[in-house]
Amino acid sequence: MNAVHEFVPPAVNVEEKLFQNRYRVDAGRPHIKVNNPALCLTCALKPCTVCCPAGCWRAEEGGGIDLVVDGCLECGTCRLVCDAGNVDWNYPRGGFGVLFKFG
Amino acid sequence: MEKFDVIVVGAGAAGNAASYTLAKAGLSVLQIERGESPGTKNVQGAILYADALEKIIPDFRASAPLERHVAEQRMWLMDEDQACTGMTYRDARFSQEPYNRYTIIRARFDRWFSDQVRAAGALVVCETTVTELLRDATGKVTGVRTEREHGDIYADCVVLADGANALLGSRAGLRPEIKTADMALAVKEVLFLPKETIDARFNLNGNQGVVIEIAGNITHGMVGTGFLYTNKDSISVGIGCMLSDMKRQTLTPYQLLEGLKRHPTVRPLLDGAEMKEYSAHLIPEGGYKTLPKLYGDGWLIVGDSAGFVNAVHREGSNLAMTTGRMAAESLIALRAAGKPFVAAQLADYKRRLDDSFVMEDLKKYEDVPDFLSAQSHFLNVYPRFLGNAAKEFLTVDGVSKRAKQQKIMAELRSKRSLLGLLGDAYRFWRAFR
Repeated sequence: MNAVHEFVPPAVNVEEKLFQNRYRVDAGRPHIKVNNPALCLTCALKPCTVCCPAGCWRAEEGGGIDLVVDGCLECGTCRLVCDAGNVDWNYPRGGFGVLFKFG
Repeated sequence: MEKFDVIVVGAGAAGNAASYTLAKAGLSVLQIERGESPGTKNVQGAILYADALEKIIPDFRASAPLERHVAEQRMWLMDEDQACTGMTYRDARFSQEPYNRYTIIRARFDRWFSDQVRAAGALVVCETTVTELLRDATGKVTGVRTEREHGDIYADCVVLADGANALLGSRAGLRPEIKTADMALAVKEVLFLPKETIDARFNLNGNQGVVIEIAGNITHGMVGTGFLYTNKDSISVGIGCMLSDMKRQTLTPYQLLEGLKRHPTVRPLLDGAEMKEYSAHLIPEGGYKTLPKLYGDGWLIVGDSAGFVNAVHREGSNLAMTTGRMAAESLIALRAAGKPFVAAQLADYKRRLDDSFVMEDLKKYEDVPDFLSAQSHFLNVYPRFLGNAAKEFLTVDGVSKRAKQQKIMAELRSKRSLLGLLGDAYRFWRAFR
């Protein structure tokens, strides 16, 4: 019925989006940690790197994970999508983290 | 040691409804919020359903920061990047006062709601994160622990309004851990345009607004929906999918959102707009079957934290306000009768919910989440088919209408067998009846 048409996933720079947000970063006190980084090496799919809406989780070349929580939107996705339960997730200290202007 | 009648954890829709109702009735209320001010951690589309708020603050329209009243609702079935098949419902009666639904900007609305809570007499403490529940030897919840020094605070009852992640209840073992199959992740942008531009692009007058709900292949085979809401001088655009689907594929949430924004149906509506915020939030969409135990000795759970969301009708904040109000009304009635806040008495909260539209609606759609996850072709095969059928029928090219009709039916039959079609019709009826 229709000519074959292929969807091309858009290239998106999420940092540019996050740049519009307000944050009060709790320097040196990340509210999310990896329990056991070695476990990430055995994880093939790394759903955290796909599902995190802020791109906080990046796959490293060696098969590990690089986590930078500064742009975190505090949704809680990474905690739930990790099948190994390897995410130590807490809310930031009161007043810190993302400060939504509009929500 | 100071002790409160009730501690409410969280200053979202549910927490504010509970705190306001309790304080108004004269109970001593401490409400604890982790954000710098109420609203700074909250995200919603956002549509405000007047009825739920009216039952708490009848004259809210006089002072609440409302964006536009909803004058028109559109439903769009969109493919990934070409077609959109839609339906529009506009009714002049939607533009007659009192308006039934409004678009709102949550950060502003929540600040207003919190002002009402304080005026009603509750003590609202911000910038404070509750880390765990305090319990006595019998397991009764006696208060909360905050991260502050000497941060233990006690109350006769704790209302858990801590939001979708429901960390407090899960960590205390009061509710099971959330599953990815029951949780959606939504991302959203707020894009600014002059009011006149929005009015012209969406065919609006004065404070009229439009709600557009979007489904179809725009979610790339995942169970999910998109939305576009008009605010006064901004547009909220978002898309959300079930986490169990998201973790099985490779598109990031921001790629999904970008795909929606770039769709040829949406793109011209947003042309020239300035994006001022990008947000994300979880939505508990598991429905009735995933509701946890709602009360126990010294505690009640309300709103997103309990999973009170009607995903079919895109209702959540109204259920949050209603469950928050009903939790409060239960506590007020028990206090007046001199009864303790123990499980046997707090069952009254569940009875109130059972007798209300909250449970009736959630029960009505209890099979829908399973249905959608098992029958995701409803969100994929049929929307694309509708788009293709419309294109075929509306293209005038010398091919007879009968031939076009046969071609359309052939495409449908290639996607679903006759038995499959009949089965789909039956399953659809079963899940939504």
